[in-house]
Amino acid sequence: MNTVLAAEAGSTTARNLTITLFLIFVAITLAITIWASRQTKTATDFYAGGRSFSGFQNGMAIGGDYMSAASFLGIAGIIALYGYDGFLYSIGFLVAWLVALLLVAELLRNSGRYTMADVLAFRMRQRPVRTAAAVSTITVSIFYLLAQMVGAGALVALLLGIKPGTTFLGMSADTAKIATIVMVGALMIIYVTVGGMKGTTYVQIVKAFLLMTGAVLMTVLVLAKFNFNLSALLGQAAESSGKGGAFLEPGLRYGKEVAGDATQTFYNKMDLLSLGIALVLGTAGLPHILIRFYTVPTARAARKSVLWAIGIIGAFYLLTLALGFGAAALVGGKAITAQDKAGNTAAPQLAEALGKDFFGGSLGGATLLAIIAAVAFATILAVVAGLTLASSSSLAHDFYANVIRNGQASERQEVRVARISALVIGAVSIALSIFAQSLNVAFLVALAFAVAASGNLPAILYSLFWRRFNTSGAVWAIYGGLVSAVVLVFFSPVVSGSATAMFPDHDWHWFPLSNPGLISIPFGFLCGWIGTVISKERDDAKYAELEVRSLTGAGAH
Amino acid sequence: MSTDTPASAPAESAAQRYLAVQRSDEFAGLRRTLRGFVFPMTVAFFLWYALYVILSAYARGFMGTKLIGNINVALVFGLLQFVSTFVIAWLYSRFADRRIDPVADRIRAEIGEVNHEHGPRG
Repeated sequence: MNTVLAAEAGSTTARNLTITLFLIFVAITLAITIWASRQTKTATDFYAGGRSFSGFQNGMAIGGDYMSAASFLGIAGIIALYGYDGFLYSIGFLVAWLVALLLVAELLRNSGRYTMADVLAFRMRQRPVRTAAAVSTITVSIFYLLAQMVGAGALVALLLGIKPGTTFLGMSADTAKIATIVMVGALMIIYVTVGGMKGTTYVQIVKAFLLMTGAVLMTVLVLAKFNFNLSALLGQAAESSGKGGAFLEPGLRYGKEVAGDATQTFYNKMDLLSLGIALVLGTAGLPHILIRFYTVPTARAARKSVLWAIGIIGAFYLLTLALGFGAAALVGGKAITAQDKAGNTAAPQLAEALGKDFFGGSLGGATLLAIIAAVAFATILAVVAGLTLASSSSLAHDFYANVIRNGQASERQEVRVARISALVIGAVSIALSIFAQSLNVAFLVALAFAVAASGNLPAILYSLFWRRFNTSGAVWAIYGGLVSAVVLVFFSPVVSGSATAMFPDHDWHWFPLSNPGLISIPFGFLCGWIGTVISKERDDAKYAELEVRSLTGAGAH
Repeated sequence: MSTDTPASAPAESAAQRYLAVQRSDEFAGLRRTLRGFVFPMTVAFFLWYALYVILSAYARGFMGTKLIGNINVALVFGLLQFVSTFVIAWLYSRFADRRIDPVADRIRAEIGEVNHEHGPRG
């Protein structure tokens, strides 16, 4: 009885503390946002933060934009439950930055202005290319947004400890989820409409700092528990998992070998390769990441920001490795799945266990849990703000200013439309998230990466490096990659025909893989090539301008 | 915002100017230097990463080999992907600082602050 009471008291303390810390974060970020709004006067301020950020600041902001709840909670959770396989995600997400560093960041910074489409449409007919780019930007960003918001909703009930049947402030768990989604949506709309890129960037910097601090603190505690002996930590994790040595090897989750079913084993391995390729090629096609390169003054600063980002993100993924195995060793798979089947609460649960151990009983546990839970919410807020900004920028700059108004809109009109777009996109994603609560978060993120890698990346690389590339090629690449990725997922076992599918009671699947990348990425590149060669359009002079400007920075905005 | 042609470059349109720069030996050298680094490096890290993913899928026995205590090949291989990413990023940064930036700066200075249109197209 006493332990139950103590746990109850602990959870109330944790809940109050989580809410207090979270409100402090919200208050600070809102103050920054209002300050940023006073500095936001021109379109360049709104879309690109006045291009005034340093390489280090932007590197931090990229980290804040990229390290989503899916990486913090998701990867730690997968490692905690399936061991080594979660590490595959971290590696793909990190190596992906080399594509951005070597092939995209600086050239994009030099030749573009506000959006991804600035580079894609540079030497093309504006309307078709900008329309395609806006469609793809919004699709990718909405999938990603839904993942974060649905994740936030699912987490709140768990992190605030609202169990089915109990209430919090008079709300049941389901109501609390919806309230969270609405609140997250409202905050992201405020950050973006009021603070623009400048406000959003500072929110991301603050979040990156908090997330790194939290992760470092927990990692040190985990390692201290094992006298800084990594091997001992791994051994304990493997033992607690009940899976022994297999827990430390690839294969428990991805590329599973099904005894006696060679076909399924083959498909599982193909699926692993497909996931691997989508992770590594997706990042450099994510619009909310690409527009971050416009916030620095020069290509050199863009390079510096990617270098900082690689350092921060790499360090973070190394920490998640310790957190995941730490959760497996100290919390245990059973306790984690009892709380959340997908393992998303592994990191917060680990925080509670560590707090109890190091800072004295349930109060210490509650305190550390509250800190990590508040960091998780800050993480979600910073990422959704970046996504909303990317899609509203594209809607205003690409679709409104260049497609509807044919390039005749004034800066003031454009920014007003961007603010309205942020409001609309925010409202739409709130509504979609409420209806999409049953969707799997990891699936939505993987789909966003697959679309980015299949549609956006071919178009960007062809634009920058292939003289012959033209309007038809760009449109083919974007729609070909986008449609093939979405269609293949729709007919995959993720959507129907399996126990874990979105529609488990129906079966219309014929595509055997969960991730479409292995097919849709080459298909996107192929479409770009076919679309190019079937059209006679070719503008060598415009390509000369793009090439010279992108390599030298001449005429850069 | 100026689209005027300055006195020093009479009667030469922006398009012609960019074409001329693109055809110059100096620019061709810059492009060759850059592509000579980034293309092979991209192929290299992609193959290295692909090898890791393929081994994770098909060489489970090898990946599970224990090296020191509970630390196995899979973990070391994964950590080496981090190391290679950091090293390639550092090599590229050093390369770009030394071999790309000075040439790019020189060509940009030659083109000057003129001859580009700040149109709404960006």
